[in-house]
This record gives sequence, structure tokens and C-alpha cells, in this order.
Amino acid sequence: MNTLQLCLILSGLVFGIGLAAALARSSAILVLLGVELMLNAANLNFIAFWRFGPAPEAGTGVLFVLFAIAVAASEAAVGLALVIALYRHQKSIRLQEATRLRG
Amino acid sequence: MNDGFTAHLWLIPALPLAAAAIGALTPRNGRAVAAGAAIAGILASLAVSIASLAIALRAPAAHLHSNFSWFDLGAAQVRLGWLLDPLTAFMAVMVAFVGMLIFVFSVGYMREDRNFARFFCFLSLFAAAMLGLLVANSLLLLFICWEGVGLASYLLIGFWFEKPEAAAAAKKAFITTRIGDLGFLLGMVWLYNSTGTLLFYDGGHGLFDGGQLGLLNAHLIPATFLGLALPLSAAISLLLFCGAVGKSGQFPLHVWLPDAMEGPTPVSALIHAATMVAAGVFLVARIYPLMSIDQALTAIGGHPSIHALSVVAAVGAITALLGAVIAVAQNDIKRILAFSTISQLGYMMLALGVGSWVAAIFHLLTHAFFKALLFLGAGSVIASAHHEKDIRRLGGLARRLRVTFATFAIGMMALSGVPFLFSGFWSKEAILHAAAAWSVSRLPLCAGLAAVVLTAFYMTRLICEVFLGSPRSESASHAHESPAVMTVPLVLLALGAVGLGFLGTPAWPWLESKLGGAPVEPQSLLEGGGLMMLSIFLVAIGLGSGWALYARRARANAGAPDPIEERTPRLFAFLAAGLRIDEFYAASFGRLIDALPALAAALDRRVWGGCVDFVAGLGNFAGLVNREADESGLNAGFNSASESLRSSGRAYSSRQTGEVHGYLRALAVAFVVLAFLAIWGGGQ
Repeated sequence: MNTLQLCLILSGLVFGIGLAAALARSSAILVLLGVELMLNAANLNFIAFWRFGPAPEAGTGVLFVLFAIAVAASEAAVGLALVIALYRHQKSIRLQEATRLRG
Repeated sequence: MNDGFTAHLWLIPALPLAAAAIGALTPRNGRAVAAGAAIAGILASLAVSIASLAIALRAPAAHLHSNFSWFDLGAAQVRLGWLLDPLTAFMAVMVAFVGMLIFVFSVGYMREDRNFARFFCFLSLFAAAMLGLLVANSLLLLFICWEGVGLASYLLIGFWFEKPEAAAAAKKAFITTRIGDLGFLLGMVWLYNSTGTLLFYDGGHGLFDGGQLGLLNAHLIPATFLGLALPLSAAISLLLFCGAVGKSGQFPLHVWLPDAMEGPTPVSALIHAATMVAAGVFLVARIYPLMSIDQALTAIGGHPSIHALSVVAAVGAITALLGAVIAVAQNDIKRILAFSTISQLGYMMLALGVGSWVAAIFHLLTHAFFKALLFLGAGSVIASAHHEKDIRRLGGLARRLRVTFATFAIGMMALSGVPFLFSGFWSKEAILHAAAAWSVSRLPLCAGLAAVVLTAFYMTRLICEVFLGSPRSESASHAHESPAVMTVPLVLLALGAVGLGFLGTPAWPWLESKLGGAPVEPQSLLEGGGLMMLSIFLVAIGLGSGWALYARRARANAGAPDPIEERTPRLFAFLAAGLRIDEFYAASFGRLIDALPALAAALDRRVWGGCVDFVAGLGNFAGLVNREADESGLNAGFNSASESLRSSGRAYSSRQTGEVHGYLRALAVAFVVLAFLAIWGGGQ
């Protein structure tokens, strides 16, 4: 098994853990954490395909990942602000209780 | 140059880091594991530091280094490295040794804390970052570790985050130092942009062993300020110095340090007295070739130039005096020591500014010992007096806490500069002599001498209030001596506070010659004896006046006013509030920052809101006209159509449960289905 495959397996594992956390945890913060994990798994894929791909000297993979990290950081900021707003409204961040927007 | 050993210097920060990792994985009840790992980590690191000191002393002028590449980005390569010279080695041994003693002390001090394991994890993390900062051969690596110690400091100040004051103090420390770090970052980027490297030594291509500095000096910044010109090197130096001002609690960014005393006392001793706050002094000493390169310039293009070091000296002198003045009127034992730390850091900056970085580092090393001793002594007092920190409510502890009293008195005499026997005297003398030899201005010397009197005075006040007289509260009268795990570090630190001074006396300048890398001629004590006599005389004045005011007529009860307060209550209140600098910041910068969102809100409401309202009004009007036309004609046909739409909408909206997890699950299932379709059905 070559290094690329190992990287992909690792990122698959990270993605799976993130997905499980996003689906199974009830705390909004932990769900956010899961989403971040999935994002980072994607970043790992970018880096792996860039590094072992046809043009590793171009630096495109790193730049793409830098953008993804920046976007993830702003996403985390907005997400945490939402969590705080949620907490102020209903004194809890359990997602099961946050159903006020139902149809 | 690379002798093989320097490539293993990473062990010094890595060992405590490993201990921090173990501490982080230890569950809350694994107290022995966490403390044992932390102490073992720092002990191992101490051993490596001592070995590296031995190697560094063999060739004091050689800057042993080993560099490696961190990552490549296109053609650019980011390189980091390790550096070993006597400056690094002395600092590393000091940090590891003082740190180790404080770790041991913490075992006793924090024994009743719920989060004991977490505390040792943070302490190890701090030690790792601090030691990494010392062995860095690259400004970038130094900056990374610099932020690491900032983070550890934040975590430890806010260790008791349930207390609102501690959480606020942690935030204040983090944000205040961040202001200085912004300057650091800008200076670093600018430096990289103009020289293309951030390595200090790189076999002839680094910042300090290549020809890069001369280039910086020749390059001028076109803009002039108040008729003064600035070479590029001075501009970059001053930006980097901003970082040192923030981290080392120099005026005007000193406000975070007194508040940082909300953290546990061992933290105050380790981070906010002995090591981290000295990082700013270390930074200036490390980049000293850059800071001092503009000394040769006197004028640029007809404008007199500012020397970066003159600014450093001015900031140091102001801070030394300011800290000492404020310390006179504090009532919290830890705040007195905090302001004293600010003042002593000012001394070090002053020494750097007047051109003697060796004296600054000498004072840094001796100060680390006696200030850690004083803080741990204060911790022992606080722990045995049931967490009473107000000196008005303590008193009479000399008989109850004999070991603590004896060691605290040694620390107090070292800090005050009691002649000949104590280390603080020799390092302070070195600084005062350097200041006297400075040709630019006499003011730093005057500020230093004034601070000598004040230091002796407030330390006498502190020791008289805490240890002499009679107990003035229930908790002070039931105090009992701390266990051996706390008193043994005190004794060891007291030995250091006495003995360390003899490494750098004028008669045997061993430390000076090793640090500077060139032999220093021993001088007889009589040379420059006039200044020494003057400073001894000033110490005597400080001690005597403190004794006259606080010891001869001891405070009767906790509510009685301070003798100075009695005479000039308004001045005392002004000093007690720290010259009201916090209030000034709140009223100026705080107001400004509050005003910005208010302005934005007003703009939103009035201007943009008005525009939107106007457009909406137009829309309303059009709608009104439209409705009149519709109601009479088109409605009936649409009613039935919309009724069916509504019923289907209601059916769909029942799927809209508001359960985020339901949505996420649907997303995941859809994703999997799509993935299968793409893999197996994609071809058709």
C-alpha cells in the first residue's frame, strides 16, 4: 500500500469520525467540532492528492487548503456565535431542543 | 557551525512538552502521574540544559547552531533552527532549575485543588514553550514559542476561571500582550521582506553573521517624524520591541501584570516574575546586533536620527520608576510583588538601552531567583494564613512561619540591594554603573537611583506588615508553617539568591566574560566606588525610612490607615489605584472602541435604514395600487389554485421537524446514495 492510499484511509477515518460526531452528538458545539473534522479530512485529501499528484511543485494544494482553513475559521466563528445566541435564547445548546423553526 | 550536539537541542523543549501531553491525557484523579511526569520532564530538561551549558562555555563566542527546513512553498523555503550560545544556555538552566523548584512547590500548594492534573499539564506546556523560545535560532520559531508562552500564561491566569476576576484578568493579559505582539509580527514580516531570512545565524547567511544588518542600516525610511529620521533597522527594531514591551510589562502596556496575580501563586512566581515576563528582555538581548546597529549613525540627510536603544532606555527608566512608586501604596502582598517585578523589568530594559545587555541578563538571572523566592514565600504565607492576601490583615507571622520568614527576608534583602552578601546588589550595581557610563542622558541613572530608595522602602514596608507586629485577623493568628515540599524549594532558591551574585562581581567578572564571549578585565571594588557608596547610602535611606514608619509603631488593627495614607490620603489613593492608568485606558481607548459600534448602529438605523424605509414605502404604494386592481378582477380564479398549493405545502412542512439531526441524517443518506450513483451509475 503506498503513502497516498494510507493518507486517504486516514482522511476517510477522520471523515467518518467527524460524520459520526455530527450525527450522534446532541451538543451543538460537538456537532460543530465534527463538521470541522470533516473539513480537515477534506484538507488532508487535498494535500495528499497535491503531494502525490502530477504537479507537486506548483503549491496549489497548499494554497487551496489555506483558503479552506480560513473559511473554516470564519465558519467556526459564525457557528460559535450561533451557539451563544442559541444558549441565550433557551439556556441550553442541545440540538434536540432547538426545534423552534419547525414547519 | 555544528558540532552534533546542537541538533539535539530540541530535547530541551520536547521533554516538558511530552510531560504536558501525558498530563493532558491523565484523568482527573491521576494526580501522582501528572505531577510526576511534569517534574520528571523538567528534570530531564534541566540535565540537558546543564550539558549544553558546559558545551557552550567551552567556546563562548561561537554561536553553535543547526538549522533545518520546515516546509517548502514553491521556490521559497521556510527554515527553522536551534541555537546554542552562553545566553541561551544560562537562560535555559535558570528556567529549568527555577521551574523545577516551582513545580515541586506546586505539589504542596495545589494539593487541595480539584484540577491538580490539569495544572501540571499547563505548567509543563509553559515550560516547553519557554525553553523552545530560548533555543530558537529563528525569529519565526521564537515567535511561535512566544505565542505559546502567551497561551500558557492565559490558561494559567484563568486557571480558577469560575472566579469572574480571574477570567477577566486572563482575557486582559492576553489582549494587552496581543497589542505588543502585533508590532512584533509586523516587524518580523518587514525584516523578512527586506533581508529574506529570519535565521539568526546561518553559516554566513543569517541575520547576524551575514552582511544583512549593514544593508538595513543604509536603507532609510523616507518619512520623517518631528524632524527626526529613522533608518530601516531602527524602525524594525522598535516594532519588535513592541512585543517585548507587551510581554515584559513595560509602560504603557504594563497594566495586565498586576491583574495576572489572580492566578495561583506558583504561576505568578514562575510565569509572571521569573521567566515569561523576562522573555521580552531576552528577546532584546537576542536581537541585540539588530537593536544596536544604528548606534553609529548620528544624522541622516540632515535630520538627527533616533536610536532604537535610546527608546528602550527611556521606556525602561519610566517603567522602573513607575512600578516602584505604585508598589509603595499597594495592600495586596502579590500586587506589591507584581509592581516590583514591573519595576525590576524596567531596570533590565534600562540596562539594555544604555548598552549593557550583559548587565541586563545578569540582573534577569539573579532577579529570577529572588523574585521566584519572594513569590513562593508569599504563596507559603497565603496558604498558611487561609488565603488571606491583604497585608493589613496579616502580621506577626515571623514567629509562626520561621523558615518562610528567613527565606523571605533573604529575598527581600536581595531585591532591595543590601550590599555585598546578596545577589541583587551586584546585578543592580552593574546596571547603575552602565547607566552612569551612558553618554546620551543622565535621566535613566537618576530614575534608577530613585527606584533604589523606593524598592528598599516598599520591601521593608511589606516585610514589617506581614511578619512583624501582632496578628490582625483570625486567619493570621492561626497560621502554621507549610510542609517540607514547600519550604525546601524556598531554601534552595534562597541559596541561589545569595550565591548567584558572586558569579558576576566586578572583582571576578566570570558571568560577564562568558556571556559577552570576550574576557573582561577584573576591576577592584574601589573603582567607581563613589556610585556604589551612593547606592548603598540610598538603600540605607529606604530601609531606614521603611523601618521608622512601619516597624517602630506597628499597625494596631486591620482598619488603621497606612502612615502615608494618614499624611496624604489623596496621593496614597492615587498611587493605590496604579496612577489611574487603567481608568485612563477605559476612558480613552475603551470609549473609542465602544463608540465605533454605536456609530455603526446609528448609521444603520438612520442612514441605511432610512433608504430602505423609503424604498419600502414606494413598494407599499405600488402594492396598494396593485391590490385595488387585483381585488376587483383576478382574485377568484387564483383562490382555488392557491388553496391546493397550501394543502400540499402543509403536507411538506410536516417533514420540517426542526430537528437538526434529522436534516443531517437525510443529508448523509442522500450523500451516500449520490456517491453510489456516481460510482456505479455514472457511466450510463
